[in-house]
Amino acid sequence: MKQIYAIFEAIGSTVLLAIRAGRYLNTLPRQFPRLIEQCYLIGYTTLPIVTILCFFIGSVLALQSGYSMQNFGAKQLIGTLVGMSMVRELGPMMVAILVTGRVGSAITAELASMKVYQEVDALITMNIPPERMLVMPRMVAVLVMMPVLTVIGNLCGWFGGALVCKYTGFISVEPDAYFAALRRFMETKDVCDGLIKSEVFGFAVVLVCCNIGLNTRGGPREIGAAVTKAVVTSLILILVLDYFVTKALI
Amino acid sequence: MAESVTPFPSKTFGVTIEKLYKSFDGVPVLKDINLEVKPGEIFVIMGPSGSGKSVLLKHVAGLEQPTSGRVLIGSYDVADPGTRQRIHLALVFQAGALFNSMTVYDNLALYPREHRLGTEPHIRDRVMHALQILSLEKAVNQFPAELSGGMKKRVAIARALVTDPQLLLYDEPTSELDPVMSATITEIIAALRDQTAVTTVVVTHDRGIAFAIADRMAFIMDGRIRAIGQVADFKNPADGVIANFLNPVIDLKNPRFKHLEDNHE
Repeated sequence: MKQIYAIFEAIGSTVLLAIRAGRYLNTLPRQFPRLIEQCYLIGYTTLPIVTILCFFIGSVLALQSGYSMQNFGAKQLIGTLVGMSMVRELGPMMVAILVTGRVGSAITAELASMKVYQEVDALITMNIPPERMLVMPRMVAVLVMMPVLTVIGNLCGWFGGALVCKYTGFISVEPDAYFAALRRFMETKDVCDGLIKSEVFGFAVVLVCCNIGLNTRGGPREIGAAVTKAVVTSLILILVLDYFVTKALI
Repeated sequence: MAESVTPFPSKTFGVTIEKLYKSFDGVPVLKDINLEVKPGEIFVIMGPSGSGKSVLLKHVAGLEQPTSGRVLIGSYDVADPGTRQRIHLALVFQAGALFNSMTVYDNLALYPREHRLGTEPHIRDRVMHALQILSLEKAVNQFPAELSGGMKKRVAIARALVTDPQLLLYDEPTSELDPVMSATITEIIAALRDQTAVTTVVVTHDRGIAFAIADRMAFIMDGRIRAIGQVADFKNPADGVIANFLNPVIDLKNPRFKHLEDNHE
C-alpha cells in the first residue's frame, strides 16, 4: 500500500513540476543561452552514440531478417522491415534510452547535488524559481533535440541495413532495391508517429530525472541512489509509454 | 575593511514569529516559538547543536513551512507566495551554498541578471562593488572549489549583499573558521548593519560573535525559547543551563567517561 502511495505521489509531483515549469515558458527568450547550452548537452553530446548504436541496430536487423526471410524468398522486403522498425519503434526507443543514460543521469546528478548542497535553497531565497532556471530550459531543449536525434538515428539505421544487405553473401540485396522497398510501404504518418513517440519519451525522461533530482535529500550516497532511481524509472516509463502511445497512434 | 563600506539603499523589515510549531514525521523540532525582531537590529539566536535554531532560521527564510503558527516579515506572512516578490531577503548559508559550476562573478551576478536589475555594465558595477566591500576582487574569476572556507563565507555574504536585502539572515557564519577569520566575518556583519540599517538575524553557537554584535539575543533549547533579552542578561545568566552552555567547565576527570579508561586498560 505504501509503495502504491509512493508511485502516485511521484506521478503527482512530476506532473506538478511540468505545470510549474510550463508557467515560465514566457521567460524562454531570457533563458535562451541556457536553452542553447541544454540543446548542446542533449543533442550534440548524445549524437555520436546515437549514430553508432542506430547504425548497428539497423545492421543487425537487416542481418537477422535476411537470415529468416531468405527461406521464403522475401529478401526484397528487408528494406521495408528495417525502415519501418527503425522509424516506428527502434529509432525513438533507442534514442530515448540513450538520452536517459547519457543526459538523464547527468541531469539528476546535477540537480540532486544542487539540492543536497543547498544551491536550490539559495535560488529560492533569491526568488529565482528552480523550475524556471533548472527545469524549463531542459524541458524545451529535449523537445527540440529529440526529433533531430531520432531522424539522424533512423537514417543511420537505414544505411547500416543497406550496407549489410549489399555486402552479406546470403542476402545480396542492392541498395537501390533496399531503398525502393523502404519507400514503397512507408508513409509520412509512420515518420510522424515515430517523432511523436520520441517527443513523449524525451519529455517524460527529462521530467522524471529533474523531479527525482530536485527531491533528493541526504548526502553524496543519496545522489548516487537518485541517479540509479531516475535511470531505472525512466527506462520502465519508456517501455510503458511505448505501449500506450503505440496503441493510441495505430 | 569596514570603513570602506558604501551603503546599498534599503528599506528594512522586522520579523514576528507567532506560536510556531514544527514537527518532522511526528517528531517536534520547534515548540511554541514566539519572537519579535525589531527593524534594524541584530538579533542573535544561540543554542546547542540540534536545538532547532537552523530550522527556525529556515522558517524565517521561507524554506520550511510551519506545522502551525506563522512567521511575518513586516506585515507579510512568509507562507504567502507573494511575500517573496515584496521583500528582498538574503540567507547566508552555513556552508555558503555557492553555485559550484559558476565563477564568483557569476554567483554574484545571478540575482541581478535573473531579476533584470539593469544592463550588464550596471550589474558589473554592482557586483564589483560588493566584491570590493569584502576584499574579494582577486577571486572574481575563481570557482568556489578553488576558495578557502573564509573566502567562501565572504563570497556568500557578498552574494547576499548584491540582492540589496531588507532582511539578512546568517546561519552559523563563523563555523569552521579560524579565530582571525571569525573576527573578520563578525566585523563585516556589524559593519553591514551599521551602514545599511538592515535587520539581521544570526544563528550561532559562538558566544564571541553573539556578545560582540547582538543588540538582543535568544537562547533556544530542545525546540523552545528558553530566554530572550539584552546581551548583558546573557553575560551573567541566572539560568544554570544557559550559564553552563556559555561558560562550559572542562572536567578532565569527568566520571561519565570513566569506562573509556577501563576499556583502555
